Amino acid sequence: MKKSYDIVIIGGGIIGCSVAFELAKRGRKDVLVIEQEYLTSGATGRCGAGIRQQWGSLLNATLAKDSTDIFENIEEYTGYDGDCGLNQGGYLLVAYTEKEWDQFQKNLEVQHSIGIESYAVDLDGVRDIVPHINTEGMYGATFCAKDGHANPFHCTYAYAKGAGKMGVDIETYTKVTGFTTENGRIKTVHTSKGDVEAKVVLNCTGGHAAIMAAQVGDELPIFPERHQILITEPVAHIMSPMVMSFERHFYVQQTPHGSVIMGIGDPAETTSLNINPTWQFLEFCSHLVTQTLPAFRDLRVVRQWAGMYDMSPDRNPIINEAKTAEGFITIAGMSGHGFMVAPRIATLLANYLTGMQDSLDIKLFSAERYEKGELLLEPSVV
Amino acid sequence: MCVKNKDANNIICRCEDITREQILKCIADGYRTLDEIKRVTRAGMGPCQGRTCRSLIATELSRAYGVPMEDVLMSTFQPPVKPISLGALADAYME
Repeated sequence: MKKSYDIVIIGGGIIGCSVAFELAKRGRKDVLVIEQEYLTSGATGRCGAGIRQQWGSLLNATLAKDSTDIFENIEEYTGYDGDCGLNQGGYLLVAYTEKEWDQFQKNLEVQHSIGIESYAVDLDGVRDIVPHINTEGMYGATFCAKDGHANPFHCTYAYAKGAGKMGVDIETYTKVTGFTTENGRIKTVHTSKGDVEAKVVLNCTGGHAAIMAAQVGDELPIFPERHQILITEPVAHIMSPMVMSFERHFYVQQTPHGSVIMGIGDPAETTSLNINPTWQFLEFCSHLVTQTLPAFRDLRVVRQWAGMYDMSPDRNPIINEAKTAEGFITIAGMSGHGFMVAPRIATLLANYLTGMQDSLDIKLFSAERYEKGELLLEPSVV
Repeated sequence: MCVKNKDANNIICRCEDITREQILKCIADGYRTLDEIKRVTRAGMGPCQGRTCRSLIATELSRAYGVPMEDVLMSTFQPPVKPISLGALADAYME
């Protein structure tokens, strides 16, 4: 770690590492990534790892589609010698209410407008895709074969190692303890390993982002929220797609390795930094998922854990430069879908910081949208 | 790090078939903790949840970095203690 950098990135998750890579690729190599533990130790390494393009808003569908294009070749793209484990088994989004079913038809129009190959299926079609599914109470589903998931650890390491090869420094087990500003600009990042001067600081700390930003006087509506997941023992392959319900708040997928991973969005969860898993989750999640997928009743759960969503009021990313500290930019509020859009968020931010053109307007993501009432509304999230 | 040791092919994680050589390669690649090695290799993610391999990997980390065993960071022991079927859990759920 040097005493001064052009850009200091705080947070060694998928966002911080992908941004570091894209900056270095554009020639901005005087970059330091600071991570308080090891890379992926926060939300990235705890996430459900899903990649879906079946979004309801054009913006999210675009972010996800562009990101999927990168995920499809991420090893080559970053020069990684490992396997990032992209598995495109599709996402089957099941509708349990008429309202949801109608919304899905609108979503398909949005998706088709940018070439996402999604389509609606009736209940016979649902059973063709997942033969053992219980369709009771279901209206139908939509399916996109190019949705899927990737290994969040390897994807993050791929970006980090690629960035490292181009000259980016990565400092793990280093805590940020505070900031100094001068004349309304960010000047110094204080860390457990000493002070670092920076022209630009990128706050990519997920659920901790609001606390970080508040230290330079930027009050952002980003709220940490615990989300829980469980995983079973591996068994023979019986289900390819991610099966997901917004109405019942669950998602479930069999990984190529054979274990089945599932999680729920608990509407009763309140904002906190707590990531301890609960017994109640195990029972509730098992109850929900085995109603739809009774064949999984005999699978044994081997592990459960929890991670933090960084929620924003409209459940979409915030990319915001602090008015109180020029050069201090927060990239957070991913609200549970940060992993799947990270590649495109990274190119957007890197293009902005290097003065390159981009087809998306980064200002859309500014926190000012909450004051102006220009929310980025998304009808389909868990 | 040199991996000429005759024990290189010993299985460290029996659930996921991870050899000692793979663990040593991770350490040589710069991974510093049990958690990192677990996430990169899956060692400790199988049905026994690392009951055998954790201490073996910790031994390798302790040796490689020259730190006492008690200073090697343990990864979190997540519930459940023993595998339980989804059906048993679902039946225990009360609205």
